[in-house]
Amino acid sequence: MTLQTWIAAFLTLCVFSFLYKDNPFYRFAEHLFVGAAAGYLLAVQWQNVLIPNVWTPLLHDHKLVVLIPLALGLMMLARAWDKGAGIARWSLAFYVGIYSGVAIPGYMQAQIFAQLADAAKPFAPGWGAVNSALVLVGLLTVLAYFFFSAPHKGVHGAGARVGIYFLMVAFGASFGYTVMARVSLLIARVQFLLRDWLHVLPGP
Amino acid sequence: MTWVRQLLAIDRRIIFLLVGAGAALPLLFPLNLPVAVTPRVRAAYDAIDALPPGSKVLLSMDYEPDIMAELFPMSVAVLRHCFRKHVQVIAMTLYPAGTGLGERAISTAAKAEGAVLNRDYAWLGYKSGFQVVMIGIGENLRGMYPVDFYGTPLDSIPVTRHVNSYAQLQMVINLSGSSAADYWIQFAQGRYHAPLVIGCTAVMATDYYPYLSSKQLLGLIGGMKGAAEYERLIDTFGDARRGMDAQSLVHLIVVGLVIVGNAALFISKRSGGDGGGPASGSMTR
Repeated sequence: MTLQTWIAAFLTLCVFSFLYKDNPFYRFAEHLFVGAAAGYLLAVQWQNVLIPNVWTPLLHDHKLVVLIPLALGLMMLARAWDKGAGIARWSLAFYVGIYSGVAIPGYMQAQIFAQLADAAKPFAPGWGAVNSALVLVGLLTVLAYFFFSAPHKGVHGAGARVGIYFLMVAFGASFGYTVMARVSLLIARVQFLLRDWLHVLPGP
Repeated sequence: MTWVRQLLAIDRRIIFLLVGAGAALPLLFPLNLPVAVTPRVRAAYDAIDALPPGSKVLLSMDYEPDIMAELFPMSVAVLRHCFRKHVQVIAMTLYPAGTGLGERAISTAAKAEGAVLNRDYAWLGYKSGFQVVMIGIGENLRGMYPVDFYGTPLDSIPVTRHVNSYAQLQMVINLSGSSAADYWIQFAQGRYHAPLVIGCTAVMATDYYPYLSSKQLLGLIGGMKGAAEYERLIDTFGDARRGMDAQSLVHLIVVGLVIVGNAALFISKRSGGDGGGPASGSMTR
């Protein structure tokens, strides 16, 4: 058993102690995490991004084009001073423009057009038609619920009410999955404590 | 009724203890409940299994320690499957804290299957900027990753020597706990038409069902359950399968508590109570 395992186990127990009530051990672990995470982030960014993508191309390969993104990045830091906010806006404008140009077509293609094409396809054969019909009814009624330019009355209102049931089923499925995800996190910590720390479980 | 009021005002720490015991006991005394394989995970397995030996896949492990419980066993299972099939893996991460986890997942799988660095897999490490990296790989892999995680130029690595974009990759696999998965769908699949398999946390899984239906994804592995299914398919017994007994027992406890809590609330209201109300240490706080 290594010193790292003992430290990890101690910090895990510190965090779990919050389940009893707030206490100094929990706050110590919380603050340690924030500090360590910030330091780690900085080190990884320097080692994995700035050195191979900026430092080496500029100083060893003499690629002067790297100066452009470097200057834009440094201009972002000017926001730290009141008078430098205007300089930072140039970088932000560049970023927003590029990001919009890149993201909007990708989003439209993957999330709108491809999904629309799938929703408009013919019904599946056999029992698959039941699924297809459910998807169609769900799509139309949920859209009816989120259509707020007309009052939810008559046929529109009935459709919207059916849409609420589809939404509730979707939220229920999502919540069930959320419970499973959170329980998974607990199980992994318990596995760590019982196996790696206390050695009462067999190894992986 | 007194017992109903007491039940509704139960100290939440008793519930924590119940859930904790539910998580720990099945690990100590396994029940070996069966793990059924769903079509979504089977589709992911079949897609990877169909790759001929020597194929190259890009595996992006986009997660950090907060969700490693779900995605780390999944990473190990997928990597072991690839290594067994002699599919070469080019691995990377879009999260800074994912570097240590990704490296650990690869070394665990490589040790189990006898895979060798640079011959069977390459580890590119972390690079910042989701969309920038995905588009960068589509245009020129070396522009984004001049060297691998250990500083070796990509041209010196057999696995990456002839890879310059998605065109030379037979598949992209993304194991993610964030919106990174959306961007892989938009860019790797949507823009560069790379065949895509996604593994995600259970919280996210329902959001990606429509992409399976529209064939934008070849397969979907969701949460620890999905990882356990994958472990079963490759006939290993990893952390995900070990955890499924505990998962099932805690789910039963949660369902039981929801039923008991609602029944008690219903009885309390029928008998003219106010439903218990928030009391000191109650579960409603």
